[in-house]
Amino acid sequence: MSAAPSRGQVLNLYKQFIKNANQFNNYNFKEYFLRRSRESFRANSKIQDPVELAKVYRDAQFDLAVLKRQSIISQLYTFDKLVVEPVAEK
Amino acid sequence: MLKNTRTNGLLKTSYRVFGLQNVHPLKFYSSSAAATAVKKIADNISLETHTDIQAAAREQAEERSSAGNDSASNGVGGFTAPNALKHAYQENTGFGTRPIYLDMQATTPTDPRVLDTMLKFYTGLYGNPHSNTHAYGWETNKEIETAREHVAKLINADPKEIVFTSGATESNNMVVKGIARFYKKTKNHIITTRTEHKCVLEAARAMINEGFEVTFLNVNEDGLIDLEDLKKNIRPETCLISVMAVNNEIGVMQPIKEIGEICRKNKIFFHTDAAQAYGKVPLDVDKMNIDLMSISSHKIYGPKGIGALYVRRRPRVRLDPLLSGGGQERGLRSGTLAPPLVAGFGEAARLMKQEYDADVAHITRLSKKLMDNLLALEHTTLNGSSKHRYPGCVNVSFAYVEGESLLMALRDIALSSGSACTSASLEPSYVLHALGKDDALAHSSIRFGIGRFTTEDEVDYVIKAIVERVKYLRELSPLWEMVQEGIDLNSIKWSGH
Repeated sequence: MSAAPSRGQVLNLYKQFIKNANQFNNYNFKEYFLRRSRESFRANSKIQDPVELAKVYRDAQFDLAVLKRQSIISQLYTFDKLVVEPVAEK
Repeated sequence: MLKNTRTNGLLKTSYRVFGLQNVHPLKFYSSSAAATAVKKIADNISLETHTDIQAAAREQAEERSSAGNDSASNGVGGFTAPNALKHAYQENTGFGTRPIYLDMQATTPTDPRVLDTMLKFYTGLYGNPHSNTHAYGWETNKEIETAREHVAKLINADPKEIVFTSGATESNNMVVKGIARFYKKTKNHIITTRTEHKCVLEAARAMINEGFEVTFLNVNEDGLIDLEDLKKNIRPETCLISVMAVNNEIGVMQPIKEIGEICRKNKIFFHTDAAQAYGKVPLDVDKMNIDLMSISSHKIYGPKGIGALYVRRRPRVRLDPLLSGGGQERGLRSGTLAPPLVAGFGEAARLMKQEYDADVAHITRLSKKLMDNLLALEHTTLNGSSKHRYPGCVNVSFAYVEGESLLMALRDIALSSGSACTSASLEPSYVLHALGKDDALAHSSIRFGIGRFTTEDEVDYVIKAIVERVKYLRELSPLWEMVQEGIDLNSIKWSGH
């Protein structure tokens, strides 16, 4: 549980963050979580201490669960696209 | 025509609601969660809500396209031609219709992480947090105390000093009326400023009727109060000084620390309305000698309908409660707490702390870009101090453009010319008046609010839209023509009717 995650595990987690953030129907939330996922993974990539790394990894898994639930809710209750969002012509 | 499309939309929506009951969303989620790949959710259970203006916009577009065909034959050019700003409205084909939200001082979108915290209180944790006899009460009470800690931590307060209220308006009323009433036997004077939020001004005015004297401090052209002026107005019978931390209309930050020192020296209670400041600028109740602080949840991406009041315990601040009842919240605010709102508020406060650096960097960058580009237009001015400000609130005056008509033209951007409370009236903002701006300039001002969820694309869009439409509206204006010809508008004697 408290063992430091491997490089593969971290990369996999990052992929899941991006994938779930992209599922948001709301433009602002999608862009925010994409931006923050990128920023925080980049910032945390400098962490060397295995204990701290394990803690950050555990917290991130909790955040991922939130992201998964909320991206679904964002798809359940949808609103019109914003004026900056391209809409595919039907 | 309009009515018809609306009813169709309604029918469609209610049909979709029924669909929700057949396919349980959680069931769907748990089965898909097992699989590693994130599945797109079934599209027959979602609930669509359309922007109110959409139907009207579509009808107008149709109307114009028929009119546009006529004008096209006349060689003027159809409305679909790109960059042709034939009307003040801009129509972007191929893009959505919902406006960009840029009114973060009115309210902010609820953060999905906040909603995630709140949902469990609407689905299972429904106990009354004041029920002491069973687990339902204990579990919600525990969550409330966690939230209280998060709210307190952000301003370096003790959790016991936080009282949950229905919002900053209630907090402000509680302070102005409560402190004054408690100390009315010995003291009868309150000091506040002209640029406060309406709820402080009105509460102070109400205390005049109860026999109090109120001094409304003037502000300079930057929106800041003069500390010497404040010192001069202090009397032995002054019981309260109330100065807002960040102004809701112009984003100006008052020198809270210096005011706190003056108050402590004179043994007067210092209240600050921090609805717009809490979590956005550094606040420390001990370092700044703040005795009371009003906080609002929906300005920090939390739920609406909840706020808090910080009441110092040492030295003790005493006030008469507004509500009598069961004695919850140290007897200062009776009534059952709303655990979903409190927990959401707590989570929002926790996120403000966690995301502070990222938010500040993001908001400052976008704000600078917006300000630089808007002020590059001629005859535009930034309202309020350019130094002592919260970057997320940019208030700009566009001379020779009527603010309301600019807002009407900017249907694709949600903006406001000032406080949401006064946006229904056409009166110019009293805050800008207090800064010494004339009516014309106060009328032509617009407030831009930038937040955590604002993107760079949105800011680019807004800059382009504002620049185009300010130019367009000025071209229509005879005043602008006169200014271009070099006529001093103040020298004109308008004939009165």
